[in-house]
Amino acid sequence: MNLNLKVWRQKNTATKGGFKLYRVENISSEMSFLEMFDVLNEQLIHEGEDPITFDHDCREGICGACSMYIDGKPHGPWQANTTCQLHMRAFKDGDTIVVEPWRANAFPVIKDLMVDRTAFDRIIQAGGYISVNTGNAVDGNALPIPKDDADASFAAAMCIGCGACVAACKNSSAMLFLSAKVSHLALLPQGNPERKSRVVNMLAQMDKEGFGACTNTGACEATCPKEISLTNIARLNQEYLVASLTDNK
Amino acid sequence: MTWKQVFTSSIGKKLVMAITGISLILFLVVHVGLNACIWANDGGEMFNRAANFMGSNVVPRILEVGLFGGIFLHIIQGYMLTVQNRSKRSIGYAVDYGNRGSKWYSRSMAILGTLLLLFFIMHWKQFWIPSRFTGVDEVQLSNGKSVHNLYALMRDTFQNLWVVILYVIGCISLGYHLAHGFQSAFRTIGVHNNRYNKMISAVGYGFAVIVPLAFAMMPVSFYLGWVN
Repeated sequence: MNLNLKVWRQKNTATKGGFKLYRVENISSEMSFLEMFDVLNEQLIHEGEDPITFDHDCREGICGACSMYIDGKPHGPWQANTTCQLHMRAFKDGDTIVVEPWRANAFPVIKDLMVDRTAFDRIIQAGGYISVNTGNAVDGNALPIPKDDADASFAAAMCIGCGACVAACKNSSAMLFLSAKVSHLALLPQGNPERKSRVVNMLAQMDKEGFGACTNTGACEATCPKEISLTNIARLNQEYLVASLTDNK
Repeated sequence: MTWKQVFTSSIGKKLVMAITGISLILFLVVHVGLNACIWANDGGEMFNRAANFMGSNVVPRILEVGLFGGIFLHIIQGYMLTVQNRSKRSIGYAVDYGNRGSKWYSRSMAILGTLLLLFFIMHWKQFWIPSRFTGVDEVQLSNGKSVHNLYALMRDTFQNLWVVILYVIGCISLGYHLAHGFQSAFRTIGVHNNRYNKMISAVGYGFAVIVPLAFAMMPVSFYLGWVN
């Protein structure tokens, strides 16, 4: 198929960007979206133009590196999908596809379609961990955990930290990401020792990074490639409320 | 952790919106219930008596102070949150995300709230200010007591078609504001149990339809002469 691509080009964080139109031809419907970009980049290199910078790593939908906002939706038109797993059969011959970077002040553009998502790393550093004693590994089944809790925790742990929730949210809020990370550990007994300080510190870091507040619209849940539920945000709110009401300092 | 830290955090600000919002929802129950007395078809006797109780008894008067405190906190915090949230994305998208996953009214709470505020200013000017400050004609109840004839004030006010239309628009704005706000408030205070979520969702949508509809029927009833 032949396609027109309207791609955001930006030299660096400090300069102003703009859209540039490209044409790609003979694209296989079985290619992934990123493979189509590889073809375009080879074409650009041959023409002596600067190739388009974009984030990618595993190309298996599990690392959370890819981050394109395609035709008005993070990760493109398919549900529960990452850009690398989006295949060209999602489009028709002759389509014009608009590709933009994640838009949020907390995710500044580094170059073209690549944004700086280290704010997420700093949120994790603020409390997204548990303390474990050194020594022999404890038997995995020594601590009984209710099956429903383990399942809910696992569902939250599915979050790959790609930032699509922030990109889709009208407030650029990272609340779905934060709620997944807090829920994942709050639901398990191993997460209990730091339970209160975790939610307080991680939220403080999220606010400090410049993300907005949640208004429960549900846009994040609809675009999440791992289908993280909005229920996690309600759990996060409860965790924060309990922590703030019972804090003794 | 100080209270200041709690209420200046992004969740704390939302908590203020949720708690004041739920208080305002409770007030709507009282308001719609009391106003429904106009349909007693007794020439306004029951309604005027109920309105007189609310205006003269010390408990509703104290609650009224809390109500105004709540409503202004809700408005100010709502506007502040809207401005702050919008400032988090300086460069917008060329292609909008649109309705995928979210309803237009969920994304338009500030606009709906502004319409409601404009409606309230008109509503307070027509009823609350005359009954508290500038005076309303008196009427004698069957027990001999003389009270404000708010029933007559309603009847006279709602003879104007434009006022009736503005009230209906105000009630539609209220309905959509509640359709999102009711459920969102409970989510913000942390309700995440699936059974309760389903219940809150059903009650929320029901409340968002029934209460504004009942309010809208009041001016319509007077205009069309359904009450006497």
